[in-house]
Amino acid sequence: MSVDESALWPLRASTSGAGRRHPWRAPGLLLPLAFVLFLVAAMFAPEWFTALAPDAIDTDAILQPPGPGHWFGTDELGRDLFCRVIYGTSESLTIGVGAMAIACLGGISLGTAASLAPSIVRKLLVRLIDILLAFPELLLALLVIAVLGRGPINTLFAVGLSHIAGYARLVRSQVLLVKLSGYVEHAVTLGEHRWTIIIRHIVPNTIRPLMILATIGVGTSVLAASALSFLGLGVVPPEAEWGALLADGRNFIEIAPWLSLLPATVVAISVISITLLGRRLQVLLARGDVP
Amino acid sequence: MRASTHNLAHKLVRWAFPHLGVILAVLWGAATVTFVAVKLIPGDPVSILSGGENVVDQAERAVLIQQYGLDQPLGVQYGRYLGHALAGNFGKSYQYRQPVISVIAEAAVPTLQLASAAILLALCLAVANALATAGGRRGLRTVLSGFELALLSTPVYWISIVLLTLFSFRLHWFPVTGNDGFASLALPAIALSLPLAALLSQVLRDGLEEALSQPFALTVRTRGVSEIALRVRHGLRHAALAVSTLTGTLLAGILGGSILTETVFGRSGIGQITLQAIKTRDMPLVLGLVMMSALVFVVINLVVDALYLIIDPRLRRAKA
Repeated sequence: MSVDESALWPLRASTSGAGRRHPWRAPGLLLPLAFVLFLVAAMFAPEWFTALAPDAIDTDAILQPPGPGHWFGTDELGRDLFCRVIYGTSESLTIGVGAMAIACLGGISLGTAASLAPSIVRKLLVRLIDILLAFPELLLALLVIAVLGRGPINTLFAVGLSHIAGYARLVRSQVLLVKLSGYVEHAVTLGEHRWTIIIRHIVPNTIRPLMILATIGVGTSVLAASALSFLGLGVVPPEAEWGALLADGRNFIEIAPWLSLLPATVVAISVISITLLGRRLQVLLARGDVP
Repeated sequence: MRASTHNLAHKLVRWAFPHLGVILAVLWGAATVTFVAVKLIPGDPVSILSGGENVVDQAERAVLIQQYGLDQPLGVQYGRYLGHALAGNFGKSYQYRQPVISVIAEAAVPTLQLASAAILLALCLAVANALATAGGRRGLRTVLSGFELALLSTPVYWISIVLLTLFSFRLHWFPVTGNDGFASLALPAIALSLPLAALLSQVLRDGLEEALSQPFALTVRTRGVSEIALRVRHGLRHAALAVSTLTGTLLAGILGGSILTETVFGRSGIGQITLQAIKTRDMPLVLGLVMMSALVFVVINLVVDALYLIIDPRLRRAKA
């Protein structure tokens, strides 16, 4: 649930199996990339993958196990689960990307302010980050949901807001590093305006290392959002968002385990793919390999 | 030996004192953030107090409002709340009609069992994994680190549902739901521990590899000490620093995981009452739970910092 801190410890280059193969053609990079591309396609053109409508009810096929007619089986109303998962991609990924964007923007503003603002403000903001970090992220998200109410947009905000503090801490440490660099000193010497230095020099150089983390952050957000829906506090059925499908399926876990298992597996594979993709890119870019 | 123990205790006390201010600041901040959030929650507390849909007449309503101090101005409510919280009194839960403290205390027992079982299991798995795979043995290492990556991004609820379907519904090895005894603890603890174990393994392995590449490792090896003894006796202690920090963070954040595992396995506990409290807008309970989790977070961080002094004797000398 947390901002994936392990991402800060890059994989060893040796584990990417790069000895003989061209590093950009390693299956560890291409497989996740293929799956992510598939997700993006399902997001914009779900009709390519299934001929059925996500809310088409078929009373002759209720709670059917996965088989040739229905790849993922059918739910208690006879709706095709594969079709619903495909149509749910758009909502799940939109929430993931949107939440990550909120978390990053919030984190960058808060983190930059907490390292460059006047002394008193700075100290207060550092404390604020400490306080927010003292909340488990899921609890923070639940609080936001309690205030805003359920629904897709509110889930997006809840997940985004709950991750701000984690990003803010990273950005702060990064800004403190960048502040000491030669080009910032150079700009100060040239008498550039304070805000120009912040916007033109400090922020861009802080963001660059954050890009990969943000990629992985999409995965984390998808996970957090589906967890909220799973708990009945995010997106609610009958919408086909992955977490909502999962929550719906849990009612039938004894007689039809596929209803919760398969959507959860799709979430798992998506998050693993996004994370792997981010990490491989991180390793490759850190080594300076160009495709 | 006695002198050094005494010295350590002295250092710990001297070091803990200034931290108290920070603790109080964080707790106050958490209390304030939550108070604001809880007051922003839409809805009429009286309807929750009276059990949801029930229609209450005006007189009864006034009594309830007065009883819970909801007629006071917000500032007064805030001041009272902080004052009572300092004395460890978080008021009465709307939903359970019991003091928040006793509701939390009761729910904390099963969650503590779950959390400690999970973290112990995770540490054992991580130590075994890291000891076996740090440096060398590419095959095993590649497999296990791939596995770790997968576990890290796998939703806790997926692991829970798979375990539940497989071992409870299909094989009937474990009870499906409930709180009684070891058998019902096993699956939730495993589900909660696997992602933790994956993260801990990665950090522990990195630390161990760094320790093993240090000159002292060579010295120990030239003394003819076996590889296993070197790793266990010398390497682990070095790697333990980073791991203790991470374990603290994970333990503090375990509440999030416990909400999910407890939901899947139908266990009662802190996670369940948190979810209920938020769903039913049981404000005193929400406030109490947030304070508890902030307190746990702060105390664990403090303990971890203190552990540093115990694990690494160099820090003791440096701070003198």
